[in-house]
Amino acid sequence: MTKSNAQAYWKENIRYVLILLAIWFLVSYGAGILFKDELNQIKIAGFKLGFWFAQQGSMYVFVILIFIYVRLMNKLDKKYGYDE
Amino acid sequence: MSSMIVLEGIGVQKWTYIMVGLTFAIYIGIAIWSRASSTKDFYVAGGGVSPLANGMATAADWMSAASFISMAGIISFAGYDGAVYLMGWTGGYVLLALLLAPYLRKFGKFTVPDFIGDRYYSKTARLVAVFCALLVSFTYVAGQMRGVGIVFSRFLEVDINTGVIIGMIIVLFYAVLGGMKGITYTQVAQYCVLIFAFMVPAIFISIQMTGNPIPQLGFGSQLADGSGTYLLDKLDGLSTQLGFAEYTEGSKSMIDVFAITLALMVGTAGLPHVIVRFFTVKRVRDARKSAGIALLLIAILYTTAPAVAVFARTNLIETVSDKPYANVPDWFTKWETTGLITFTDKNNDGNIQYLADNNKNELVVDRDIMVLANPEIARLPNWVIALVAAGGLAAALSTAAGLLLVISASVSHDLIKKIINPKISDKGELVAARLSAVGAVCVAGYFGINPPGFVAAVVALAFGLAAASFFPAIILGIFYKRMNKEGAIAGMVVGIVSMLLYMIKYKLGWFDETLPDKSEWWFGISPEGFGTVAMLLNFVVSITIMKFTSPPPEEVQDIVEKIRIPSGAGEATGH
Repeated sequence: MTKSNAQAYWKENIRYVLILLAIWFLVSYGAGILFKDELNQIKIAGFKLGFWFAQQGSMYVFVILIFIYVRLMNKLDKKYGYDE
Repeated sequence: MSSMIVLEGIGVQKWTYIMVGLTFAIYIGIAIWSRASSTKDFYVAGGGVSPLANGMATAADWMSAASFISMAGIISFAGYDGAVYLMGWTGGYVLLALLLAPYLRKFGKFTVPDFIGDRYYSKTARLVAVFCALLVSFTYVAGQMRGVGIVFSRFLEVDINTGVIIGMIIVLFYAVLGGMKGITYTQVAQYCVLIFAFMVPAIFISIQMTGNPIPQLGFGSQLADGSGTYLLDKLDGLSTQLGFAEYTEGSKSMIDVFAITLALMVGTAGLPHVIVRFFTVKRVRDARKSAGIALLLIAILYTTAPAVAVFARTNLIETVSDKPYANVPDWFTKWETTGLITFTDKNNDGNIQYLADNNKNELVVDRDIMVLANPEIARLPNWVIALVAAGGLAAALSTAAGLLLVISASVSHDLIKKIINPKISDKGELVAARLSAVGAVCVAGYFGINPPGFVAAVVALAFGLAAASFFPAIILGIFYKRMNKEGAIAGMVVGIVSMLLYMIKYKLGWFDETLPDKSEWWFGISPEGFGTVAMLLNFVVSITIMKFTSPPPEEVQDIVEKIRIPSGAGEATGH
């Protein structure tokens, strides 16, 4: 594999990581901490929304984020011929 | 029908003996079946563990006595603020999966100091890393042994010290015999035990209180009594009535919640006993996948814990608040004898006043007993109570074993093989690894029996240290090709030292006559959250020093290019 192939692969990988980490930050530090009070005005069943993100929602999103990353990277590995 | 009556008749203690004996027999059986025959078996389980098995083992390794026994209790007293542990101890896995695990697996060595030493082409860097790994792991393992002791003393009514010694012998047996291979497969069994033990009472109580069998939904539901009141609204009301902060609001400042969460997340991603798990799988893609599976399995417990916290808190207040002391239930008296519940009738009215105001409050409940006492408070059957005891032991033992392995690998591999005697044979190294595991168990047991008075402070310090030292060094090592040894070493040292100093000043209070007040904290950040600041300092120092020193040699830059490409990972090797 050529060096430019490796560089293109790395660039796409970094883009994925940055997008996923932005979501990681928004659900936990955003919804669960910084904007908790605003979101707490909204209530779904017995949960205030900010409280729910802090103690439930962020964790669900974390799990989903990793599995999205696994899928994206498996595809990317194939595209650049790094799968095995 | 008649067998049901017989089962009802067996007491908690007998049930506990049955459950604990059965699970211990399983662990020992697995250990004998999966003995280690080479250093590779011992350090990384031969490198052929499937992603599912590794995910389960990682989950058991990660969920310690703190997660199983203490966390829900801490949350039930902290309310919203408990979210720092929930988000902090799960969010770190996103960082692990996206930023660390795949690359460290591709790098393909045995330990974290291996990576630091090779990437920064320096024995000094390796030594600093060994020091951090040992410090972090020892503080952690002492806490686990203590957890084992508490479970034994309360449920089997043996002396705490005897409990610690029994725990030591069990761990010694399978960690020394099986190494990483034995540990991995016992951890798979331990995960099953601990998750079953955590979920069964949670589901029971959720049905009891709200009619909803799923605890994650139950604590947001209406009460089962038909009043139409939501459980959380009721708890908010009860809390404010007694003078506590509203449960769903919490009382820590926003910046502190932010800093603690980040320190715990980054610390999680930097803990050597977690990172090393990703060396055991076959391919890079398996490392990513097993991080996902691990977090999924961890999240089952972590999303249930806040529900358990709400159930336990509500039940506790309703059972004891303003009730006559003469009529307290059996569990209350039993925990009183361990000293973990205390009642002093300050106004001599014979009733229990449980209030936020320290001058009027008559009841002190140790946060660590909430999960263990919860099934009794909710009057669940005896076998469920015994199951929780077995689950607590599974959680403590699995984490202790994983930590002991990191300690023994740090000594036999990083110190003896890589620094003191590089010519040692594989057989000799295996003997050294087993001997250092024995030594580590003894030291851990000593601290379990004679815990330093500041265990909680030291555990918080472990996360801070991991965040301040390993995390930046590894991230920069992977994502910044030009990072050199001068920058990395300076960064790690500044990170560790600043963390230690802040902790000593504001947590232990050794610099002043008395512990300094909260108002003196830098930017309002508590010692638990200072890992975030120390980590940032590490990054800044590393990059600044790097700018003024020479770039790493060509072959090191080639290593970095190579670990960024997932294919051709081969097998983990010690050479």
